[in-house]
Amino acid sequence: MKLLSYFRGEAFQRGVHPPSCKLTADTRIRRLPFPPKVIVPLSQHIGKVPHAIVKAGQEVVRGEPIARTEDWLSVPHHAPVTGVVEFVGLRPGVRGTWVESIVIRAHPGATQEDLWGQPRDLSTASSGDILQAIWDSGMVGLGGAAFPTHAKLTVPKQAKVHTLVVNGCECEPYLTCDHRVMVEQADDLLIGIRYAMRATSAVRAIVGVEDNKPDAVAAIRAAISRAGTVPEGEIFAEMVPTKYPQGSEKMLLMALFGVEIPAGGLPVSLGMVVNNVGTLAALGKLLPAGRGLTERVVTVTGPGVAKPGDYIVPLGTPLRFVLDYAGAPGVEAKQIILGGPMMGQAAASLDVPITKGMSGVLVLRGDDLTEYEDRKTYPCIKCAECVESCPMGLNPSQLGMLAAKREYDLMGSDYYLGECFECGCCTYVCPSNIPLVQQFRIAKQILREKAVAK
Amino acid sequence: MSIEIRSAPHIKGARTVEIIMRHVVWSLMPVCAFYIFQYGLSALASLVVVTGSCLATERYFVRQGGQSGDISDFSAVITGILLALSIPPGFPLWMGAVAGGVAIALGKALFGGIGYNVFNPALVGRAFVQAAFPTAIATYTPSFMPGRFYEFIPSSMALPLMQPESITEWLTLKHFDALAGATPLAKWKFDGVLANADELLTSLSGHMAVGPSPLLILICGIYLASRRFMDWRIPLAILGSAGLTAWLLFALNPDRFPNPFFMLFSGGLILGAMYMATDMATSPVTPKGMWVYGALIGLLTVIIRYYSGLPEGVMYAILLGNAATPLIEKITQPTPFGKSVLAAFGRQRKGASYPLHPGYISREDAGAVTPRKRILFDKPKKPRQES
Repeated sequence: MKLLSYFRGEAFQRGVHPPSCKLTADTRIRRLPFPPKVIVPLSQHIGKVPHAIVKAGQEVVRGEPIARTEDWLSVPHHAPVTGVVEFVGLRPGVRGTWVESIVIRAHPGATQEDLWGQPRDLSTASSGDILQAIWDSGMVGLGGAAFPTHAKLTVPKQAKVHTLVVNGCECEPYLTCDHRVMVEQADDLLIGIRYAMRATSAVRAIVGVEDNKPDAVAAIRAAISRAGTVPEGEIFAEMVPTKYPQGSEKMLLMALFGVEIPAGGLPVSLGMVVNNVGTLAALGKLLPAGRGLTERVVTVTGPGVAKPGDYIVPLGTPLRFVLDYAGAPGVEAKQIILGGPMMGQAAASLDVPITKGMSGVLVLRGDDLTEYEDRKTYPCIKCAECVESCPMGLNPSQLGMLAAKREYDLMGSDYYLGECFECGCCTYVCPSNIPLVQQFRIAKQILREKAVAK
Repeated sequence: MSIEIRSAPHIKGARTVEIIMRHVVWSLMPVCAFYIFQYGLSALASLVVVTGSCLATERYFVRQGGQSGDISDFSAVITGILLALSIPPGFPLWMGAVAGGVAIALGKALFGGIGYNVFNPALVGRAFVQAAFPTAIATYTPSFMPGRFYEFIPSSMALPLMQPESITEWLTLKHFDALAGATPLAKWKFDGVLANADELLTSLSGHMAVGPSPLLILICGIYLASRRFMDWRIPLAILGSAGLTAWLLFALNPDRFPNPFFMLFSGGLILGAMYMATDMATSPVTPKGMWVYGALIGLLTVIIRYYSGLPEGVMYAILLGNAATPLIEKITQPTPFGKSVLAAFGRQRKGASYPLHPGYISREDAGAVTPRKRILFDKPKKPRQES
């Protein structure tokens, strides 16, 4: 615990305050034109891979299902554009490997309106019907983890949920897509929240927003008062302190309720379900019309982008098309990060498509990186900065020394490596420039492989 | 266009090892300046020679290879300055150079350089000269001597491997009695003369034979801690523990033991607590461990001062604390999030925005598990009102 944090009464101990760099916080969400070709990878989420139900040469209309699944932990996909299926097969994926994808060539003359939908009356629908509708919409968590939303909203039999927590923290620097969605689509968000409350039978919903987004809180509160009393229960919007990683669900619950989720437990053990604002706002738009998820809001930002902004991007749009439109000068861009700078993944190729879980595209130039590249790496000087910043209360200094000696088993058994969720705070603060979280990722991977081998 | 792949996080905080070390050096500058003002030319020469010796040794071992770091990271400068501040101002310069060399060679390079050292290098150097030159290290001179900016204290200029000349004659020449060269701690220990705490704190009054000003060190240390270049727990724990132990003994037997303020502000306790015990590499990284480590050092300091043959005990206390550090770290590993008592009992922290359960449904309806009975705090919880 930092002394000042204690007196300030900050919600969760530790964590870091990286410069926020929210370049696009005040620009409205704009629509990106439709690309000539979209690539829809079949696996965009956690869980089983759905199978394609279209063939090359087949015509599809926007919103039509193109991949279906019977597995509960998986979601269907919908055509993001009206056009012709060109190819079903392997295409470069976000993680660097080639993945099974459906390539659709957009019809140049099409209006690209949503032509397909299964409007249903959900005003009296039961929890199961709503969950089915959510499943059919192909919705996954739009915050980044891409966990199927219907599975997240399903309450286990023995548990009962009383509170829906809506995560609008967006603690990653640069990203503003959730912020703009809260400001501009507060009414949709409210409808989504009400569906989610009915699906989980929660009686209270709380939107947690970091206090650097007062306009978002104001917009949500205005929407709540417009909606008046809703039959589902009470809805609140609450500010939580700005701190990275406030957007982690455990940290958010700590800030709102002052409780620690027991290690290995889920929020549902405390009667809570956490969902992202972007997800619920999209649900609020899609569910009444019975449409599928075909587009999402993506923050395209960074020092290497001429026209940074939050864009509505059809899923499957190649990165190259997005960057050309947003004006990323090709020569200067050195690194393209999918997601935020703290946890985002560096793109290996510009031919990869925008997927459901991609909240931002961050373009860094060579100049932005040299500062970090020139830093010398020292041995650990045991300054305890990492211990003071680890939100999970681990000892990254000790873990790092063990990782250097490849004592992975010891890291897992005695030093709680499994609790690490790779937020990157330790690497961010390390004055010795030791790649701590990078080593932990390797260690966790090795431990996972060992566990599988057993 | 070529793009590069890196692993997250893609941004880094501004703080580096060099920045931390440089800040420590800068914060020591006022202390050094006042020290030079107190003792004049000899103090300046001592600071320069000891620091120079440290830097030269560091450079030699880095060039020999096998260890990271360099003189550019400023860590050897800190060692040199702290070592110079912890030895008498009139310490023969050649002995100071030996101390600096030993500090880096045995205290740091032997273990593998920056970050790997087990003991505070400055104290290793000081412990070495304490054993090798017991007379010279105990020979203090009065501060604010007339003409201190023009002439050296005679012992400073002793030739290498030669016994420094006695300063008693020099003191008589300057019209000081022989007792003027004894530190307040030695005076108390051997002669039963007690100096006032306020005099000790500023070390401005008279010609007291003291080290660097404790008040100035406190101010500089607090600055450093407030900028978070130093951990605030360790000095607090040391001073608290030393003060408490001294106060307890004083309360038991005020005739035999001095008052706790004398204990806190005399000798090198403030310098040790603020700058030496807080050496990052040799102190625990765990927050709980820092408290234990500090408390141990404080306790040991008072015990050594009261019950051993030496007037000063800070150095050995810190070295013992350093030695205990790995063990302390092992038993004070932090509790991970979600594994604490708070989590086990589902207890809510104070100051939370919302009650855990909506007020209008009972806990049982909410599917909450009733916490196990606790003997001490088993009070029924009142449902809190929505604000």
